[in-house]
Amino acid sequence: MNVVIWISAAILVVAAVLVLIRMTIGPTMLNRVVAMEVIIAIVVAGLALEAVLNDNTTTLPILVVLSMVGFVGSVSVARFAARDEKGRKA
Amino acid sequence: MTWPVIADIITSVCVLTGALLSLIAAVGLLRFPDLLTRMHAGTKPQVLGLLLILVGVGVQFGGPDHIGMLFAVAMFQLLTAPISAHMVGRAAYLYRHVHEEYLVIDELMPVMGDGAE
Repeated sequence: MNVVIWISAAILVVAAVLVLIRMTIGPTMLNRVVAMEVIIAIVVAGLALEAVLNDNTTTLPILVVLSMVGFVGSVSVARFAARDEKGRKA
Repeated sequence: MTWPVIADIITSVCVLTGALLSLIAAVGLLRFPDLLTRMHAGTKPQVLGLLLILVGVGVQFGGPDHIGMLFAVAMFQLLTAPISAHMVGRAAYLYRHVHEEYLVIDELMPVMGDGAE
């Protein structure tokens, strides 16, 4: 099973790199926010994989906290920071 | 087959599927043309992929405390994903980050009027 976990981790790394490319090229703040949410989901998945791989449950509270506060960044950016790009086409 | 073997198989399938969903979402995020379609791609690891991986982890650990914590993760994810998606989509529409030619139907524009905030 460890092989499958490592393969899944490699797939997650590739996915995270692709999402990072989208976060870098933008083109607007809202696109970066969507990419950031996906990055958070991938990080949570990676921490869960780490818990299975090393058979320890110390990372599980981190998952709870990440999934609880992960949306605050995107909500605040969508509410306040997106205002600066008014009128510009995406 | 004993339970540990079955648990390993379930975990392998769930984790691999979840990781592949993350990859699909990343490809969609990179390839899709505008913000709303990218949001559609981005929800895959946020909901289904993460839930599958959490099921895999829960099968592996068992025990009410670990299952409870994983259940809390799933609940928070399901509660907060629509909030941020709503806010991002609303901001995208208000500030014209949406390509109008990709929309099949636009019911919001006649209600809001042009240039509404």
